[in-house]
Amino acid sequence: MINLTINGAAHAVDASPDMPLLWVLRDKLGMTGTKFGCGIAQCGACTVHVNGVAMRSCVTPVSAVGDAEITTIEGLSEHGDSPLQKAWVAHQVPQCGYCQSGLIMAVDALLKVKPKPTDAEINAAISNICRCGTYARVRDAIHDVAKA
Amino acid sequence: MNKIFKLDRRNFLKASAVAGGGMMLGFHIPAANAAVTKESEVNAWIVVNSDDTVLIRVAHSEMGQGSMTALAQLVAEELDCNWSQVKTAFVDPRLNITRKKVYGGMATVGSRAVRTSQEYLRKAGAGARDMLVRAAAQTWKVPAGECTAKAGVVTHTASKRTLKYGALAEAAAKLAPSADVALKDPATWTIAGQPKMRLDMQDKVMGKAVYAIDIMLPDMLFAAIAQSPVFGGKLKSYDEAAIKNFKGVRQVVTLENAVAVVGDSYWEAQRAVRALPVVWDDAGNGKVSSASIAQFLDEGLKMDGAPVARNDGDVAKAMTTAVKTVSAEYRVPYLSHAAMEPMNCTVRFTDDGLDIWAPTQNAEAILNAAARASGLDPLKINVNLTYSGGGFGRRGGAAAGDYVDQAVLIAKAVGKPVKMIWSREEDIQHDFYRPISSAKMTAGLDASGMPVAWNTRISGHSILTTANPSALKDNMDVGFLVLFADNVYDVPNMKVDFALRKTHVPVGYWRSVNHSQNAYFRECFVDEMALAAGQDPYEYRRKLLHKAPKQLAVLEAAAKAADWGKPLPAGQFRGIAQIDGYGSYVAAVAEISMKPDGSPKVHRVVTSVDCGYVVNPDTVRAQLEGATAWALTALLYNEITLKDGRVEQGNFDRYRMLLAADMPKVEVVLVPSGGFWGGIGEPGSPPVGPAVVNAMLAATGKPSRSQPLIKRGGAASA
Repeated sequence: MINLTINGAAHAVDASPDMPLLWVLRDKLGMTGTKFGCGIAQCGACTVHVNGVAMRSCVTPVSAVGDAEITTIEGLSEHGDSPLQKAWVAHQVPQCGYCQSGLIMAVDALLKVKPKPTDAEINAAISNICRCGTYARVRDAIHDVAKA
Repeated sequence: MNKIFKLDRRNFLKASAVAGGGMMLGFHIPAANAAVTKESEVNAWIVVNSDDTVLIRVAHSEMGQGSMTALAQLVAEELDCNWSQVKTAFVDPRLNITRKKVYGGMATVGSRAVRTSQEYLRKAGAGARDMLVRAAAQTWKVPAGECTAKAGVVTHTASKRTLKYGALAEAAAKLAPSADVALKDPATWTIAGQPKMRLDMQDKVMGKAVYAIDIMLPDMLFAAIAQSPVFGGKLKSYDEAAIKNFKGVRQVVTLENAVAVVGDSYWEAQRAVRALPVVWDDAGNGKVSSASIAQFLDEGLKMDGAPVARNDGDVAKAMTTAVKTVSAEYRVPYLSHAAMEPMNCTVRFTDDGLDIWAPTQNAEAILNAAARASGLDPLKINVNLTYSGGGFGRRGGAAAGDYVDQAVLIAKAVGKPVKMIWSREEDIQHDFYRPISSAKMTAGLDASGMPVAWNTRISGHSILTTANPSALKDNMDVGFLVLFADNVYDVPNMKVDFALRKTHVPVGYWRSVNHSQNAYFRECFVDEMALAAGQDPYEYRRKLLHKAPKQLAVLEAAAKAADWGKPLPAGQFRGIAQIDGYGSYVAAVAEISMKPDGSPKVHRVVTSVDCGYVVNPDTVRAQLEGATAWALTALLYNEITLKDGRVEQGNFDRYRMLLAADMPKVEVVLVPSGGFWGGIGEPGSPPVGPAVVNAMLAATGKPSRSQPLIKRGGAASA
């Protein structure tokens, strides 16, 4: 059994040590807010926080997480009303929405270390793929949160 | 009932007759088999609940384009309900069978959701309002004409008595609908026409929006699949012993052209299927390459006797009068959809039928595919509808049943519920691709520089070869020639013909479909003509559009918003393009500078759109912003190439997507002229690519006649 702390709760999971965290979350724990997009850390749909740092969970073996604190989109806020989520709604960012869990988690991690990121810093840090092309609103929403 | 999705019925129904006994998802999740209570179902589209909430049924798919909200706005507008009390539910496709197609066509393709259903949806809303008003009038024993409805309340004007819709629904449902209820003048709209917040937003920022890939069922197993890498190929043999020690593997299932491994988790199944040695029969297609296909298309550009779609005047004769001739060949590659939610399907056989979940643009197509694959009566098939993580045409066409067929057959073989997920590699390598196409255009210009003759040969792989071969009469597909066969530029002598090319690659509908390549061919060639004539490409188009006022209006709107003609910072250049399509008119101006590698840096894109009536202006803006990213991704990066009969790209490392860093500033100018209903999902992207390429022409004086501009490895193409 592997012991994990996810969104503040303890979980014991029967999984291979090399199973990526993404699939532990989705298939073992039924936490499906974190998405599968590519499996090779290219798209970022699977982004979660490990000790507050954005990680692409599709290539993160569960054994590598240890006793770190894992935060998923489900744990970002209880009612979906964090400043970032509110800005996302205000700007009507999502379209299909599939990539947005990962995008929001990536941006949230960025804002933790750079509360007022420049465009260049956003470009460098946010490499998530959004096939619907919501990037312009993503940027506007980030700047809105940074202003607050 | 599984532990992930708790049944949350709330108080939205007066009774609890759950149709079909299938699994109900939470109310915020559009449930296919939404419960029906006769008392409160005012008509097929509208259920008014005792707490005054209104359930509006949506027959089209929500894959990001926003029509779930827009369609509800149209109904709510005429219903005069309180928008904050509106909920939606997707229509169970079985209901569309048993109710004799009352919900119309459910295919969510061709930017058609709003424009093909707006009339019957508005009538449904108006008809229900009329019934609610008459129910109130009966209660008060007053003429209905003395009552008005607003925000979910009926008022008897004289006595100031009021009744809420929730209290009237049961009586209203018993009334016969009126034969003809007048619809509102769109100028008076207060719900439609407004930038209402999308109804799916909150769930989508919380990770709570449910996609088919998220479905978890008790006792469910997971399947990963390997399909014949060469299109048309078949499974010959495989060596199961090679994976016999793999953990979490339950079973190998063989299909005609694929092999699936079923396991305890998707990852374990996928790891095993990737390690499984498989021998394929390539059906004789194993030598096809991009080079051989390119040669085949080039032969099409030269061949004699191509069927003619349009032949105005006498092109050959007019060419002899030209003082200058412009000629060019343009080329585009096959493209993959790459929706972010990979293809997947979950199937659970029940005592007498099956439950199915799949991302789709057409719930009826899922139903039919599942019926075909299982041999079950369609009425025994419970299609559970969810949001779709993108679609872009991949999940809506006639051939879209491939993933459904597979999951049904696998679940049948396993005897347990199975969720099948394609890896991203399977997704990109087993698509129905945007067709490869080439165009050879020749124009003859007169002394004033304007074209007197324009000859176009298109050589390409018609979608009908895959989607509907019987529609290909005499090797002609006029749809493949869109923007040429119906070219609105005023050129007196115009000829358009077509060399049909069919390869073993499956082709299909990809966002903007044939507009995606033909806008590039046509609009860049117009700039080549303007350059040869020494004229400004915007003014040149204005002259050619003197008989096309709507196209001219969006062109002028985009040019004005983009300050066409005014100076730009040093090193920046503008390009312009315009198209009509899907009932709408769109123009774009791009501002670029050239990078040292010869590719463009796109700084700003201004697009203008006339879609007639606007149902949700923010959704229109979002679609045009997204369409800009879609267009730039294809223009800059995308190319599906073939070697040994198979696709060379497999994942986003080799099939690159536009990222935030590449996204230009986008300004959308809405210039709705009213009086018609145009689509919005598809027409936004076609003018963006050519506007960028035309800006490159302005920058360098050299045309860019093939896509993508950046070939794999980073170097810009010639």
